[in-house]
Amino acid sequence: MSRPPYLDPGLDAAVRQVHRRSRETHPSLLSSLPLWPGCALILILAASITAAEAQTTGDPGVSGPIETLLQWMPFILQGFVLNLVMSFLAMMLATVFGLFLGLMQISVISWVRRISWFVTQIFRNTPWLVILFAIIFLSPSQISIAGETYFISGWIKATVGFSLPVMANISEIVRGAIRSIPDGQWESSESLAFSRMQTIWMIILPQCVKRMIPPWMNWYAILTLSTPIASILGVQEAVGNAQAAMEAAGAREELLIPFYGSIMLLFFAYIYPIARLTTRLERRYAVRI
Amino acid sequence: MFEEIAPVFRELYETTGINFVFLYDPFEWERLFEGIVLSLQLIVACLTLSIIIGIIGAWAQGAQSRLLRTVVAGYIQFFRNTPPFVQLLFFFFGLGAFTPQIDAGGYYEPVISAFGWAVIALGCFGGAFNVEIFRSGIEAVPTATKEAADALGYTRLGSYIHVILPLALRICLPALNANLISLLKTTSLAYAISVPEVTYAANQIWSDNINVAEMMLVLFLYYNIVVAILAWGMHKLERRLSLPGYGR
Repeated sequence: MSRPPYLDPGLDAAVRQVHRRSRETHPSLLSSLPLWPGCALILILAASITAAEAQTTGDPGVSGPIETLLQWMPFILQGFVLNLVMSFLAMMLATVFGLFLGLMQISVISWVRRISWFVTQIFRNTPWLVILFAIIFLSPSQISIAGETYFISGWIKATVGFSLPVMANISEIVRGAIRSIPDGQWESSESLAFSRMQTIWMIILPQCVKRMIPPWMNWYAILTLSTPIASILGVQEAVGNAQAAMEAAGAREELLIPFYGSIMLLFFAYIYPIARLTTRLERRYAVRI
Repeated sequence: MFEEIAPVFRELYETTGINFVFLYDPFEWERLFEGIVLSLQLIVACLTLSIIIGIIGAWAQGAQSRLLRTVVAGYIQFFRNTPPFVQLLFFFFGLGAFTPQIDAGGYYEPVISAFGWAVIALGCFGGAFNVEIFRSGIEAVPTATKEAADALGYTRLGSYIHVILPLALRICLPALNANLISLLKTTSLAYAISVPEVTYAANQIWSDNINVAEMMLVLFLYYNIVVAILAWGMHKLERRLSLPGYGR
């Protein structure tokens, strides 16, 4: 560990002690997302499932909640894969369109700026569910290309619907990141005879990437956690499949907590590591003043 | 007023097929209006509960008791990292099945209605983010100020209520603003547990009248206007309460 030479060792130790003490009095959880909430959640869920198991009447013909859950788990996991596929595709769409929408927001042409600002605000301020309804009901469910008819299934429409609000937020991230680059970068690239296009793509955006990654990952997490909304519109993802499974298993009340609980656990297991990584990167890439 | 505009929109429908049915049919108008009122009530209730949870949670996070801090941290991580939609279903169907029923004159009704569960679930969801936001504000309060409050003989709770919280609230207003807007939009999820708020009402109207596009326009307008009002109000508050000497 290197120590600044201008600090005398005694003072250095004192400074470090103050730092340590301030960390102790203000335990910052965000700066060190611990692993244990995941473990605690598993324990709580296990306890609730056991409680549900204990509540059952014990009819010999009816299998208990845990047995039923295990029986249907492959079906739910199959739905969960669709959640992940939707999240990947929607994020790709959102990133590409969000980047261009964000660049349009800093355009030198005023009407381009105004339109992209308007689009960004509309999709940022409307609930995901409403956007999803709009896409599902107002877009055609089949298209004809060169005489061939293609059906557009619900999950593809839902993916497009999810990508729109994320696109608007990525547009804001891009705009914010570009604005955070010092003016000197623009001026020096202009003095080196870069065109505006070249300046943006070769000088400004590469410097923005680092700042954009943590919020981008954060939006990926939000997007993934929103994909179950698609079940309202009949997409057969994890929640939709779980509801169908509960129906098939006799629609018993004691199934509700284990089934919904296990879905939450699935999402938690997937999102929590991403959240940890995001906070780590956030700290590493934090702009120090 | 209604009688005056009704013929105009009825004629608009008959000539162009653009069907703003709620502007000439009193029954549909009633339905939409009740949806809007209920949606506003839901928004106010959720935002209030989330702020209360945030303030109490942030205080508990700085507590001496390790157990209390652990519980709050677990609560935050649980609500931040699981789907809000499944949280709502879990609360309403999972926990709702085990709440006691009361006699409502001949039939039984659960103690907590769908509206109640929506407020609880969404309030807890938004509250988990608010705890972190308030905590960041509390951490930004200068240590010297806290020590000064200690030196003046404030108790821990006293200095929290009278010195730290008023400063922390002002520091974290921009972040709180963003989260409250996000929570406002999330209230539309109450649709999934049949709370007849505006999304649900619009859905019923377009199911009966096949005018999806027109009702969608209404929903877009409604949410954008409500978000704009909240954002405007919070922005005014922010400017009014901005700490002299901080920021620009």
